[in-house]
Amino acid sequence: MAELKLMKGNEALAEAAIRVGVDAYFGYPITPQSEVIEYLMTERPEERTGMVVLQAESEIAAINMVYGAASSGKRVMTSSSSPGISLKLEGISYLAGAELPAVIVNVVRAGPGLGTIQPAQGDYYQAVKGGGHGDYKLYVLAPASVQEMSDFVEDAFAIAYKYRAPVLILSDGLIGQMMEKVTLKDQKERMTDEELINKYDDWATTGKTDRERNIITSLDLQPEKMEAKVNKLVKKYAKMEREDLRYERINCDDADYLFVAYGSSARIAQKAIELGREKGIKVGLLRPITLFPFPKQQLFELADQVKGILSVELSAGQMVDDVRLAVEHKVPVEHFGRTGGIIHTPEEIIEALEEKIIKNGIIRHHKTRESSIL
Amino acid sequence: MELLDIIKPENQVFCKTKLMTDTPLSYCPGCGHGTAHNLVMEVVDEMGIAADTIGVAPVGCSVLAYDFMNIDMTQAAHGRAPAVATGIIRTWPEKYVFTYQGDGDLAAIGTAETIHACNRGENIVIVFVNNGIYGMTGGQMAPTTLKGMRTSTSPYGRDIETMGSPIKMTELVANLPGVYYATRHAVHTHKHARKAKKALKKAFENTRLKKGLSFVEIVSNCNSGWKMTPNDSNDWMVDNMFPYFQLGDIKVNGKLK
Repeated sequence: MAELKLMKGNEALAEAAIRVGVDAYFGYPITPQSEVIEYLMTERPEERTGMVVLQAESEIAAINMVYGAASSGKRVMTSSSSPGISLKLEGISYLAGAELPAVIVNVVRAGPGLGTIQPAQGDYYQAVKGGGHGDYKLYVLAPASVQEMSDFVEDAFAIAYKYRAPVLILSDGLIGQMMEKVTLKDQKERMTDEELINKYDDWATTGKTDRERNIITSLDLQPEKMEAKVNKLVKKYAKMEREDLRYERINCDDADYLFVAYGSSARIAQKAIELGREKGIKVGLLRPITLFPFPKQQLFELADQVKGILSVELSAGQMVDDVRLAVEHKVPVEHFGRTGGIIHTPEEIIEALEEKIIKNGIIRHHKTRESSIL
Repeated sequence: MELLDIIKPENQVFCKTKLMTDTPLSYCPGCGHGTAHNLVMEVVDEMGIAADTIGVAPVGCSVLAYDFMNIDMTQAAHGRAPAVATGIIRTWPEKYVFTYQGDGDLAAIGTAETIHACNRGENIVIVFVNNGIYGMTGGQMAPTTLKGMRTSTSPYGRDIETMGSPIKMTELVANLPGVYYATRHAVHTHKHARKAKKALKKAFENTRLKKGLSFVEIVSNCNSGWKMTPNDSNDWMVDNMFPYFQLGDIKVNGKLK
């Protein structure tokens, strides 16, 4: 039964995993996402749906358990936070290279290094620019509410199986830890082994019957074959851009200025829009829901309408690069964001818009970008 | 007798299992990997479990094991095969899952995954081929390289003072309660190969009986890496490897010998 509950983002995600019929979760504790595995262990999903939950000895082991289960066709996921995701990157690159469907969740904390356990969005580059080695990309979903933490689990698996590719849910410590109302979906049945074998018999290693043997590997020692493999991935990513881009336009129709923000920053930017409009500044928000694919065309078109764009992230300025690439110098694009686990206020965001764009926009447009981080 | 008569099935005393493909082995002539592959596949064939067996290939010389073994296989990242196998067996508990790993893969980069899969008693078979060297990358020092043994990264011989002693993985994991069977074999003679096959059969039987983890080490040669002829490398293995890595059972039916 669908039900309305008050839950933490991390818990809502874990509950959604059970309800959408995930077969297995492998994880390792790290703040601020440990509630995911704690919730799953407490809920006994093996009794509710037969879902397997296992605490691995490391993030590296967890992502490779994901690789194993995914290679034999099972719907499998893992979650971690920034330093743990760094450890998983080898496995994520292998998942992409071997074309395996899986869902990885990053509840981002501030870095670099051990950093701190408070929220941040400093893993944007890692998420959308590869992160691990080789020519691959991840489909990246960025939830901005507890509801989306829940809903995106099913969406992520749909994409993972549509493309046979790993999908990343890029959350952050704020969305993971905060409590909100969430409507939980009805329980779905897990696929039976027979159904799974029928569906994925052309690739999954479920045991060689009368068919040719199935092999899961990312290795190809012949350069021509390896290049063909990479080209296949490139086509897959192009298709994602054509068919599965997601974004949200908020107060954009009459906007003179634009915020670009995802996840928790998008929530705060929405409040900043209210403050700005009270002051007479007509500002809107383009919220990328997918960070790859990125709403490039939408930004390119909005740049014809607005006088300047402020990219707002809890980072020293990462997504701003993609905003600038999309806008192609039509209007000034600046970054604003706090780091170190500090969350910017709506007031700071409006102030930054006034200082960096409205007052200096035309002049800065022609300046070099060297000071953009500050 | 004509050749065609000789190869008639009723005249054959030995034939290649159908679970080995016709792809020519990529191993150096004289290497023990081919025999070890064949034994694993013979056991799977004879037990009639091929349709329910999933192999996990490592990184190392046997990375291409899936080219030679005619069953479903997944190739794991370096050292991660026991974690990959865990992911499979936990979601397919009725299957037979084995990893096939070398010493660099299992005893160096994958030590954590090996120890913890063993400690959890995952219901899998680990086939550990130990030749005391990194074969694929060109003969570098492994955690199992013997004292004083020359490799490309220990050109003056392995120095125990700075590099520690060669790890006896099978003895090490045998001490974990999750390991039900730990044994060490060789495949350089028919007699040894037959014993190794018996051990592999017992290991897969343990999976069938859901007894936990079976760890079968095969001490092998690396004539290319050791820079010897195949015959010399086998002699060297007998004289040097066997005294340190002693053949035989270390733990049987959950009891240390």
